[in-house]
Amino acid sequence: MTPSDTSGRGRAPALLMRDIDKAFDGHPALTGAGFRLEYGHVHALVGENGAGKSTIMNVATAVYAADAGEVIVDGYGTALRTPAEALSAGLGMVHQHFRLVGRFTVAENVALALGGAGQPCSLSEAARRVREKAAELDFRLDPHARVERLSIAEQQRAEVLRVLLLGARILILDEPTAVLTAAEARALLALVRRLADEGRAVALVTHKLHEVAGYCDRVTIMRQGRTVLAAAEVAGADLNDFARLAVGELPDTPRPAPVTPGAPLLEIENLSVRRGDGSAAVEGLSLSLRAGEILGIAGVGGNGQPELVDCLSGLSPAVAGTVRLAGQEATRAPVRRRRRAGLAVIPADRSDSALIGGLPLAQNLALTGVWRGAFGPFWWLNKARMRRAAETAITERDIRGGGVATPAGLLSGGNAQKLLLARELGPGARVIVAHSPSRGLDLRATRAVHDALRQAVREGAACLLISEDLEEIMTLSNRIAVMNHGRLSAPMPVAEASAQALGALMAGHA
Amino acid sequence: MSGFLLSWAATVPDYAAPLLIAALGLVICEKAGVLNLAPEGVMAVGAMTGALVVMGGQGPWTGLAVGALAGMALSLCFGLAVVVFRADQTLTGLATVAAGLGLSGLFGRDAVQKPFTGLPRFGETGWGADLPRLLGQQNAVIVLALVLMVAVGLWLGRSRAGLRLRAVGEDPAAADVAGVNVQRVQLLAIAASGLLGGLAGAYLSVVSAQVWVEGMIAGRGWIVVALVIFAGWRPGMVLVGALLFGGAEALMPRLQAVGVAFPVYIGAMLPYALTLVVFVVAMLRQRGADVAPAALGRVFLRQDRH
Ligand SMILES: Nc1ncnc2c1ncn2[C@@H]1O[C@H](COP(=O)(O)OP(=O)(O)OP(=O)(O)O)[C@@H](O)[C@H]1O
Ligand SMILES: [Mg+2]
Repeated sequence: MTPSDTSGRGRAPALLMRDIDKAFDGHPALTGAGFRLEYGHVHALVGENGAGKSTIMNVATAVYAADAGEVIVDGYGTALRTPAEALSAGLGMVHQHFRLVGRFTVAENVALALGGAGQPCSLSEAARRVREKAAELDFRLDPHARVERLSIAEQQRAEVLRVLLLGARILILDEPTAVLTAAEARALLALVRRLADEGRAVALVTHKLHEVAGYCDRVTIMRQGRTVLAAAEVAGADLNDFARLAVGELPDTPRPAPVTPGAPLLEIENLSVRRGDGSAAVEGLSLSLRAGEILGIAGVGGNGQPELVDCLSGLSPAVAGTVRLAGQEATRAPVRRRRRAGLAVIPADRSDSALIGGLPLAQNLALTGVWRGAFGPFWWLNKARMRRAAETAITERDIRGGGVATPAGLLSGGNAQKLLLARELGPGARVIVAHSPSRGLDLRATRAVHDALRQAVREGAACLLISEDLEEIMTLSNRIAVMNHGRLSAPMPVAEASAQALGALMAGHA
Repeated sequence: MSGFLLSWAATVPDYAAPLLIAALGLVICEKAGVLNLAPEGVMAVGAMTGALVVMGGQGPWTGLAVGALAGMALSLCFGLAVVVFRADQTLTGLATVAAGLGLSGLFGRDAVQKPFTGLPRFGETGWGADLPRLLGQQNAVIVLALVLMVAVGLWLGRSRAGLRLRAVGEDPAAADVAGVNVQRVQLLAIAASGLLGGLAGAYLSVVSAQVWVEGMIAGRGWIVVALVIFAGWRPGMVLVGALLFGGAEALMPRLQAVGVAFPVYIGAMLPYALTLVVFVVAMLRQRGADVAPAALGRVFLRQDRH
């Protein structure tokens, strides 16, 4: 970065947004919201799911057009009309859902954007720049790898790298750490800190207050489309105040009393699963899960967790071993029989494999019940009953942002997850397989998910909790095991598990 | 036997060229994410316009050019509806076919069944009289089609503009934030497909038949739509498909010429059936490799949730 780039420090703010209004189909997402970002700062943007964090950042980068208000970059009030104009004004954003073309290579994605900024760039030139920048940032990234084959963390690195290659001086990261493991998140945040220290301005959207405390200079808190705390100093402030402002008062949940587990509901013996390309994903995995307990499976992502979930839910076959659900042999059972035996699944990617974005809430809720005939016989669907069930679920689970007829795809992350919980944790649920159930959720929604799981278990279900978030595992589980390279360590009671011991198991040297 | 094969092989390119040209246009269009069912109508308008221009005393090249422009005009109407007004691409495509067939019937009313002199084959020109039969039967547009195929393949695969176009078809939201003007790229792609579709239609009247009759496209537009899908949106495979279909089509007149009795309906059906079978087999062999542009047929709006 040249010195002239950093001269903005101490002058006009990098980004100033005032009185922004934005409504989607008449539903306000932002009302009079504001944001002020200085060069040299990492500025946290915190708020509950659906508060409007992504929306205001999308307004800043001209992905959305605001209904009212002004956006001033570097002190100039020139209107940015397209994302391309925002890019050339130095605003780069890493979106919550990455904006990379999956079938293109990293270099192709970079060339695509570089061409747009009026700097002609050949593929080999793009590859060279990717390699250079990656070396500078200490990333490992093959410029000729297809993006869809990369891990989430690598895709994110590609996004960050692309934005920097485009010469962004103002960097917006929308929940970058939600999809990362703890170590990956630390590396990214350290990079973000470094970029700010070099003179760039960084806006960091996050739900994690320890990230705010550890890496940010300022914090802005949003609630229901309004800015409730604007650009406050982080140093010396009380995190609990921030939490209260972001999501309101959180009741203390008492630690659950130790349970006496009942009959085994899920018994897995020597289970092996392969990936699509034939490599082993799960190898010789055995466990026994009993009614009334939560068994936590910790582990770094990509060690066979999604394959295990897919196999248990009946989407991919086991190559060896047996699975028994509620006492019945179910190794090769179709999805429908597993569901009838009481299996409930909360997969990590809710929008991809659990909810259907284009269908209304009520139908998403009814998806599994229709099988059981809960909404009438197979030749006649009782729509009124579906609607009533949905209305009950919406009030009981406090699902906000839509009614029974709203397409599920329009819900914010937290509300979509509550919708999924409402469907999966009904009275019939006996074996719950939950994979990263609070990923991307705010504190309140996370609490709601945890409470719902505890409640279900108290009522006699068993829960297999697979999560990369050690804290989540430690707070919820009765017993904890670690998954590494497709193998599972022997489960230990939570009282004996320490973060160090688990960490060592996760790293594979124990 | 070799005489039969030779006379058959010599006519194949003439049947294959219009399919190839129109299909290349469609590849460009669909690689930009626009599902385009309009070729049948666009080709009809191109054929009619080209014929009218030549009958009006202009040269065959003018006829081909005006036919191509007429195809582009119709295609742009389709583009206006689907890109600017975000109409449903399937329905609008079907409506465009109907409009194209209707327009060509209406304006070509007085031109039906009146033969004219179109583009000469190489063998009919002064310089090419001594060419061997296999070459003498060809014409300049066939050469143009081959050049076009290579050019389209390279342009899509290698150029930066091609990269941007493919990005729009794969993930318009990603292309948008990368600074690509999604709407403009799609409109240009639709225009290109109209230009080539119109040219293909004009080829049928001005070069192949040298007469215009209503309904002379005879489903070739639909073959083009299928061809592009089966060819996996790859220009090279489009050539294979076009040769296959053209080869089967060229077989009928040859068989009749040597006196093989053949029910005419079976004969007319054969090219379609053969192409279908070959491509289904080809598709089974590449088994589920998903080659369609990921956002094909999806209307992009920046403010939508993606
Ligand atoms: N493109 C859109 N179309 C319709 N509604 C939208 C759209 N984008 C956002 N919304 C709505 O606007 C509100 C704010 O959403 P936004 O995505 O900004 O929340 P967020 O603070 O980023 O939440 P999260 O923490 O879950 O990412 C929500 O109610 C959401 O449903
Ligand atoms: Mg968001």
